[in-house]
Amino acid sequence: MVEKGQISIGTEERVLMCGNEALAEAAILAGCDAYFGYPITPQNEIPAYMSRRMPEEGRVFVQSESELAAINMVFGASATGKRAMTSSSSPGISLMQEGMSFLAGAELPAVVVNVMRGGPGLGNIAPSQSDYFQATRGGGHGDYRTIVFGPSSVQEMADCISLAFELADKYLMTAMILADGFLGQMMEPVVLKKRPSVELPPKDWALTGAKDREQNIVRSLWLGEGVLEDLNFKLDDKYKQIQKNEVLCEEYEVDDAEIVVVAYGVAARIVSGAVTRAREEGIKVGWIRPITLWPFPTEQISKAADEFRLFLTVEMSTGQMVEDVKLAVAGKSPVVFYGRPGGGVPTVEEILDKIRQLTLGAKT
Amino acid sequence: MKTVFKRTPTLKDCPTHYCPGCGHGIAHRLIAEVIDELGIRGSTIGIAPVGCAVLEYDYIDVDMIEVAHGRAPAVATGMKRTNPDKIIFSYQGDGDLASIGAGEILHAGHRGEQITVIFINNAVFGMTGGQMAPTTMADQITATTPKGRNVAEEGYPLCVSELLAVLPGVSYIERCALSTTPNIRKAKKALKHAFEQQRNKAPGLSLVELLSTCPTYWRMSPADATKWIDNEMTKVFPLGRLKG
Ligand SMILES: Cc1ncc(C[n+]2csc(CCOP(=O)(O)OP(=O)(O)O)c2C)c(N)n1
Ligand code: SF4
Ligand SMILES: [Mg+2]
Repeated sequence: MVEKGQISIGTEERVLMCGNEALAEAAILAGCDAYFGYPITPQNEIPAYMSRRMPEEGRVFVQSESELAAINMVFGASATGKRAMTSSSSPGISLMQEGMSFLAGAELPAVVVNVMRGGPGLGNIAPSQSDYFQATRGGGHGDYRTIVFGPSSVQEMADCISLAFELADKYLMTAMILADGFLGQMMEPVVLKKRPSVELPPKDWALTGAKDREQNIVRSLWLGEGVLEDLNFKLDDKYKQIQKNEVLCEEYEVDDAEIVVVAYGVAARIVSGAVTRAREEGIKVGWIRPITLWPFPTEQISKAADEFRLFLTVEMSTGQMVEDVKLAVAGKSPVVFYGRPGGGVPTVEEILDKIRQLTLGAKT
Repeated sequence: MKTVFKRTPTLKDCPTHYCPGCGHGIAHRLIAEVIDELGIRGSTIGIAPVGCAVLEYDYIDVDMIEVAHGRAPAVATGMKRTNPDKIIFSYQGDGDLASIGAGEILHAGHRGEQITVIFINNAVFGMTGGQMAPTTMADQITATTPKGRNVAEEGYPLCVSELLAVLPGVSYIERCALSTTPNIRKAKKALKHAFEQQRNKAPGLSLVELLSTCPTYWRMSPADATKWIDNEMTKVFPLGRLKG
């Protein structure tokens, strides 16, 4: 655990931390004013860390009575112009969907961390990627989106949360970190740096008391004819801007590849190992790793599919992101899937076998 | 000519959407008067419920937020913890506070959040068409208790204020009635005390329960509705200070 004052802002000093704690410290560095949350495995390091560090920094930590309450505490703090976050794991994130829908409707910034575990139901506490649909399709009721990051290292856990706070404020919406139990618990060296400051729109809508000004109202109910439709179109414009400007993804040896493996999060690390081994065997294979899951790197994948290639999507689920890959590939190339749901984690060997099978398939 | 009564500035000069004889309008006026008398408009943030009073911000001229059904005490917690110098109040119906939001109010009280809660008990879900609320009286006919509330199956009216009064984190609770003029005066005094508690940073949550008319779904004239509060509701929900 990082002690107070140990991290000097902006230095390149490396510290060894688990993903959950790196994310928590990075949130503090990003100016998070308040953390609200309810314990659930595998993300308990986050509230434990925050309960110690937030008061040290003179900031707010509240252990809420439920995830319903936690997300609504975020809603309240955010409406007053503060940077607020919560974290949970799959069942708790389901409970937060009501609040996330209200955040979208009221156009309030918020940061939500989902350290995914196996589902459905109580599932198990093993790492999983089974909440991709819920995260990238809005999740709660209504026509909305959230920005979703799928980090794949402890460093990215930290980097993504700083960017999440920035984009949440920039676009006035929820930004989510979609991690998994593996990334949360894993220890790696990390450099915690403050993002260079950028100009963000003023929070002149914030509820601060209507002193010497007109009343501010934060709401999501619009009963007048056509008013909500206009709001939905306005949100849609914003989402289109984000799709244009905020996609992050990484590619590896795609140019000459006959097979492209698409994976995110911890699955992408395993894929990377398998692809390196396959290259050693002379197989022409590369990978694409979406870092933002929404907005999805549709264009990058579509471009890769302009030449005939086999696409293999690897996920720790029965296949969710693969639907976005298929939409991007748009029938130009075949898309196959390999997944391990319910807490199963694919091995390098399993993926390598799959790649080998595909080369055979391609030849026959 | 001497002005004996005028609209207080924090109450907006516009007609409300409430039914004739509805208690919500009276409650709004009292809150606005108290805010002006205490001079706290510039530091107050209000939370509107889901219920007939959802558009409260159209009538009370302070910074306001509209929140999910029942979640106001959690929202208030997020606001107050990050803004300890602001005055935060929630305004909640009996469906909002005593039914779907029972968990949130219990735990806000339990944590001793320094917020003010105005609890409008009109014994029904007004907004959705007069269904049974936890506070519905025994044998009371509602949209979902067509033969009257059967306490053997649907439970007795829930006295939330009494439940909350036992919590150490709750410092002040009073139940008043928006019925006769003397009762309305008492209600205003109670509201003022609740806001003063928060302004003076007295620890703990302050709550004022207001027995309030819903002539529409009680199927009564406004005059009979006020009588029903005094003659029937107060038997189950006795008036007075429960704590503090
Ligand atoms: C999650 C959710 N469930 C149900 C509703 C529908 N609903 C709106 S208001 C209401 C009850 C309001 O009753 P109360 O709080 O007593 O307020 P009143 O209208 O009587 O003042 C209900 C059930 C909703 N808006 N949200
Ligand atoms: S339905 Fe009842 S509570 Fe709602 S506005 Fe009409 S009288 Fe008031
Ligand atoms: Mg009611």
